[in-house]
Amino acid sequence: MNFDDTPQEAEFRATARAWIGANAPKQYEEELRKSSLGRTVLKNANILEVAKAWQKKKADAGWACLHWPKEYGGRGSSPIERVIWQQEEGPFGQLSRMFIIGHGMCGPTMMAFAREEHKRTYLPPLASGEKVWCQLFSEPAGGSDVAGLRTRAEKDGDDWIINGQKIWTSGAHYSDYGILLTRTDPTVPKHKGLTMFFLDMKSPGVEVRPIKQASGASDFNEVYFTNVRIPDHQRLGEVGDGWNVSLTTLMNERSAIGAAVSTGFPELFEYCSSLMLDDGPAIEDRAVRSKLANWAVKASGLKYTSMRAISALSRGERPGPENSIGKLVAGSMIQDVATYALDLQGAAGVVSGEDAELAGRFQAMLLRAPGTRVEGGTDEIMRNIIAERVLGLPGDIRVDKDVPFNKIPTKGRG
Amino acid sequence: MNFDFSDDQKQLRDQARKFLAEKCSPKAVRVVLDGKAPYDKELWKGLAEMGFLGVAIPEEFGGAGAGHLELCVIAEEMGRANAPVPFSSTVYLAAEALLIAGSDAQKKKWLPAIASGEAIGTLALFEGKGNPAPKNVKLTAANGVLNGVKKPVADGGIADFAVVAARTGSSGRENDISLFLVDLKAGGVEVNNLTNLDPTRGQAELTFKDCKAEPLGAAGEGWSILTQVLDRAAVLCAFEQVGGSDRALEMGRDYALDRIAFGRQIGSFQAVKHMLADMYVSATLARSNSYYGAWALSTNAAELPEAAAAARISATQAFQHCAKNNIQVHGGMGFTWEFDCHMYYRRANAMALGLGSLSYWEDQLIDRMRKKNAA
Repeated sequence: MNFDDTPQEAEFRATARAWIGANAPKQYEEELRKSSLGRTVLKNANILEVAKAWQKKKADAGWACLHWPKEYGGRGSSPIERVIWQQEEGPFGQLSRMFIIGHGMCGPTMMAFAREEHKRTYLPPLASGEKVWCQLFSEPAGGSDVAGLRTRAEKDGDDWIINGQKIWTSGAHYSDYGILLTRTDPTVPKHKGLTMFFLDMKSPGVEVRPIKQASGASDFNEVYFTNVRIPDHQRLGEVGDGWNVSLTTLMNERSAIGAAVSTGFPELFEYCSSLMLDDGPAIEDRAVRSKLANWAVKASGLKYTSMRAISALSRGERPGPENSIGKLVAGSMIQDVATYALDLQGAAGVVSGEDAELAGRFQAMLLRAPGTRVEGGTDEIMRNIIAERVLGLPGDIRVDKDVPFNKIPTKGRG
Repeated sequence: MNFDFSDDQKQLRDQARKFLAEKCSPKAVRVVLDGKAPYDKELWKGLAEMGFLGVAIPEEFGGAGAGHLELCVIAEEMGRANAPVPFSSTVYLAAEALLIAGSDAQKKKWLPAIASGEAIGTLALFEGKGNPAPKNVKLTAANGVLNGVKKPVADGGIADFAVVAARTGSSGRENDISLFLVDLKAGGVEVNNLTNLDPTRGQAELTFKDCKAEPLGAAGEGWSILTQVLDRAAVLCAFEQVGGSDRALEMGRDYALDRIAFGRQIGSFQAVKHMLADMYVSATLARSNSYYGAWALSTNAAELPEAAAAARISATQAFQHCAKNNIQVHGGMGFTWEFDCHMYYRRANAMALGLGSLSYWEDQLIDRMRKKNAA
């Protein structure tokens, strides 16, 4: 049992480290390191521009989308090399956040289902960050129940005409392309009438309206489609097979391993180490210590769970659904940690923004945390995944499974 | 990176699991639970024959000389089987104290006897309420003679020898404490068995009256040795707790699949599924923290004190959580004597106290993290 790299891993790490050391935008390192969940802002620069520049630099040197094949703009690296890269990239990895959906979900879906000519056209500029992609799945009536979506696609000659609405679309306001899940047949059970496309977000009839979140930030959007035309060659997979295509996307979403999950614990520990309470240093208070210890073992438990997964990758194994626990544990933990950090501040905890203690770091965390428990699968969906796929318990009973979609009730009452 | 047990170590785990499945069925555990025997002598003998008792004891002292990672995988299986034998007191506490501080003669006398199953050992530390702390040690040692009372002492009723913490100074500090080795069969010690939460592992009160004892380790070094012993035992116990957590989770899962209510398997109800998913989460976090403890223990890393405390807390919480909710999944059946759930519930809660309580280890963890940050 050890934490050592194999000789090949060590060589890869050294090369990556040297390149990052020579090329990363060091002037932003401190700001990126200090940004916590809910707040990655650069004071004197546009983060989108900084992120695109860093991504382009990586792509030009062959460090973009490590796990993608070379012909599509990647490096053809093994999963373990991707993890090592993430470890070495450290705080600069924060800059990749706006590419996560494109690189992690849209790209792999395109690779699995798009025509070869489209892959060669669209994937390299996605890898290099020149073009940003979003994923148009969720709807007001279809969140966890993705297959309940209502956006229609109707065939019109060689085109499809799209009408409907999407919601919670991360980054739609700066995206160039998107993958879109639609309903092409409402007369069959819900999973059977879906079809997937990709489209240009500048197409006539696409309207993006940013959603102001509880935190005040606007990372998500509503996207409206009014008679938007998509040529049939931009269809991904067969007509009616959209559910299977979307499963490829969603599986990619949840298989990100090795990226450090934010728990808020290092921030809280640091804070308690210097904070003075009425009766002395916070870190010497029994109640504070007990809380800290409980979160400490969750944070270390997650860290070493991820080390175990990385070790499995290193052996060439594929990590399974057990890796769902990271987001599940970290999501509610960060919310509790932020709540507690504010509790320690007493009445002053209510003040937010730059006027607040630590420039409002914990307040920002508190307001962003609820989103972590919902995005990419709610806590409840994550528990279902563990119960069903890891423990082998029965699936939830689905009363709409065999009912034609247009016969499924749409309102709970009346 | 290879943060996992080796194939050989995993094979050893399978071997131990198979052996215990055969020799340590719930029915066998119940013989001790029902008070018909103080521990399972046959199983103890079998464990010795398999080489499990001396797996981490060097070959020159009659052991297999494999190491602590091997002991960790066996510990996990002992916990999974809820084995009614004095494994933790003899192997984690007494043997480790001897390995750390014993003289050559002491090691030669006791370690081979432990490995062969002839001697049961224990650690006599506690004196009633309170957690491990120098000020809580009141038993005195003067001129090699002990006077005082220790309780509870794990497996004290069946042990052949004990490592005893005694006061040898009056400054009130750590260097007042020294350790002694006492042959419990040689007279001078009165043994009273105590009823306790987990009858599958006994507890006793030992009264020392002008009892002859030989020093273990240097005078005044007792507390420092004890701390090392407790840290090592914390990691090893964590593996027992991880094994127990997994077994309790498995029992709950199996019952949720078998039991039908309201016309469905109860495991199809989200409330039950989510309870089991949460048990899996805590068992997984505990396993990962324990692996880190195992790495620190086997490499004698500077991180051991912190890793041991984290493993201790995480595994204690997980076992208590899984054992408690296993009963809940079983409903009314779960708290009958007839079903096995309570054996794990008892063991989980008894183990939570054995090396000092959860709140004690929480305190230790924060101290150790602060020290590391300051360093």
